Amino acid sequence: MKYVDEFRDPAKARSLIREIYSLTDRIDQVKQRPLQLMEVCGGHTHTIFRYGIEKMLPDAIELVHGPGCPVCVLPMGRVDDCVALAEHPDVIFTTFGDAMRVPGSKKSLLQTKAEGADVRMVYSPLDALSLARANPYKEVIFFGLGFETTMPSTAMTVLQAKQEGIRNFSLFCNHITIIPTIKAILDSPDLRLDGFLGPGHVSMVIGNKPYEFIAHHYHKPIVIAGFEPLDILQSIWMVLKQIDEGRCEVENQYQRIVQDRGNTAALAAVGEVFELREFFEWRGLGSIDHSGVRIRSAYSDYDAEVKFSVPNLKIADPQDCQCGEVLKGAIKPPQCKVFGTTCTPEAPLGALMVSSEGACAAYYNYSRIEL
Amino acid sequence: MQRTENRGQGTEEGAIEQTPRRRTLRGQTITLAHGSGGKAMRDLVENLFVATFDNPELDALEDQARFDLAALDAIGDRLAMTTDSYVVDPLFFPGGDIGMLAVNGTVNDLAVSGAKPLYLSCSVIIEEGLKIEVLRRITQSMKQAADAAAVRIVTGDTKVVPRGAADKLFITTSGIGIIPEGVDIRAERAEPGDVIITNGFIGDHGAAIADARGELALESSMISDCQALNGLISVMLDACPDLHSLRDATRGGIATVLNEFAESSSACMYLNEAAIPVREEVRGLCEILGLDPLYLANEGKLIAVAPRQFAESIIDAMSAHPAGQHAAVIGEVREKPAASVILATQFGGARIVDMLVGEQLPRIC
Repeated sequence: MKYVDEFRDPAKARSLIREIYSLTDRIDQVKQRPLQLMEVCGGHTHTIFRYGIEKMLPDAIELVHGPGCPVCVLPMGRVDDCVALAEHPDVIFTTFGDAMRVPGSKKSLLQTKAEGADVRMVYSPLDALSLARANPYKEVIFFGLGFETTMPSTAMTVLQAKQEGIRNFSLFCNHITIIPTIKAILDSPDLRLDGFLGPGHVSMVIGNKPYEFIAHHYHKPIVIAGFEPLDILQSIWMVLKQIDEGRCEVENQYQRIVQDRGNTAALAAVGEVFELREFFEWRGLGSIDHSGVRIRSAYSDYDAEVKFSVPNLKIADPQDCQCGEVLKGAIKPPQCKVFGTTCTPEAPLGALMVSSEGACAAYYNYSRIEL
Repeated sequence: MQRTENRGQGTEEGAIEQTPRRRTLRGQTITLAHGSGGKAMRDLVENLFVATFDNPELDALEDQARFDLAALDAIGDRLAMTTDSYVVDPLFFPGGDIGMLAVNGTVNDLAVSGAKPLYLSCSVIIEEGLKIEVLRRITQSMKQAADAAAVRIVTGDTKVVPRGAADKLFITTSGIGIIPEGVDIRAERAEPGDVIITNGFIGDHGAAIADARGELALESSMISDCQALNGLISVMLDACPDLHSLRDATRGGIATVLNEFAESSSACMYLNEAAIPVREEVRGLCEILGLDPLYLANEGKLIAVAPRQFAESIIDAMSAHPAGQHAAVIGEVREKPAASVILATQFGGARIVDMLVGEQLPRIC
């Protein structure tokens, strides 16, 4: 398939792997402990497991699967809020597919749907807006979820709803921002990370400037990476190259998509519709300042949190869950107390076990057996 | 099929079709009356099902089909029986419809035991309001599929439920067939050294259904692979009478069947991604939605496990059959890791292919 197979060429992969091995051998630090590289984005985690990349790498390179799976970091309380909104009799609650199975404190959206609520899976917020047009006597709520990648399309949908004067559409906004989260991880005391693969599609929107503090202030190399397996290998190679040469820079491997300045039209729409929340609660990571956005008051007619009363209760993560430590790279998924025993994809305790992008589900599904 | 004698009613306005000795089917829509056990139901059963399926067992007008055991005995030494319900939405999709699916699916469930499928039953649950014309098209499609697979639909049942109590039309078909002597196909017989074979492009049905629901608004031409496999399996058995394991890969795709084989045999199903036939359109759909073709439904694909020395003759025989033109060896059975399915990726890595927990859900970004 054009534009896909080029990025999955096994011959190119083999030569990159050889380069990665020889670079790793030259780096002194690996004699003390393995290099820990964090891929921030869940899409990267998915590619790494899907193509078996981890097992192709030298033992001296450990990949830490970061917090960039928006479904995984959604706290239980927010899922409960979704359920409460969906159970409203005049509501059609719309969501991306992979949020359907995330456990709330009592049930998931999938269970809520089975019990009779009108919960529908959509592929785009514009599908939700079409539903609102087609069902004028129902309130259609879209569950806005994701980092800067999905934020612009949600913002554009709100703008379009306003322009068309559609009154029965609203957004339950749970969009989150990546930069404060990376900062929170860098500030955590048990951190051992040596470098980052930056999130490609977030960067397509925000550009590469916002990451400069990682290189300059925290002195960690970061390479913005694409999502095909060769992208991942090349990005790992680029991070190693920086470490070997003693550089700490923001480099862009995903140049075919990411521009330095990002996407200005998308950023303008986001800025028009959203403003930062003072703080936002993350599953596993707790509350992080300025890590979420809400709808500006000028657009409150489209804010489900204004239109409906949302319980907004804080539900503690299950006690045995070690999602936070996994997210920060302090432990690997199989080291979690409940991994594969009380927490499995069939009965997930933590969200990292739910989404196909979650580190625990990926470990469980793709590599719990030694190959 | 509940039967009634012919009372010879004449043609009336609104009658859909008239056959000389059958009752008239009036109106254009199925109503609760068509399931009431009264005249309207007899009209429906006789005019539609009995007239269309048209075979001696059904024409006997009894509450059950009856078979001559001696004739069955001549075919083989074991009886195979299976049942399956069909609830597909939409009822018509590119490459097939629920009726064709209901016949081929049950034929295939019989055929993968090595059995020669012979007779099917057909129970329908109809939501009131279904157009009679729709039901007629589906019934005709069942007849065509049955003829193509050389099976007869010999008994059945009709229920009509109020609007909302079912989604348009559900069909349950049960089937019986005879397993020839010496054929011993079981999931647990897959053993290290065997080859794993499929009969062509995987995922076509799942992709066609996703596309036909219209939620994706894609411009594409994906067509379901819905087909009977008994003819193909018969030539495979000619080429290799000692096929070890065989199953049709429907819901859950080939990944699910391979996991069943792995679990039953405690062996490792080791797949070579590069050898698995997937159409470009299906790959494209999976790329867009973040789905995995290994888990997409099929309705005319099988996974066979056979001794390696027969690989070539089986593939040759399959390739010469219309249902196996793109047959390929897609992997081999290994001893370790026990009870697992492993995929050697085209990229050079390897990963586990697990059972799916629920439905595949499209990814967010």
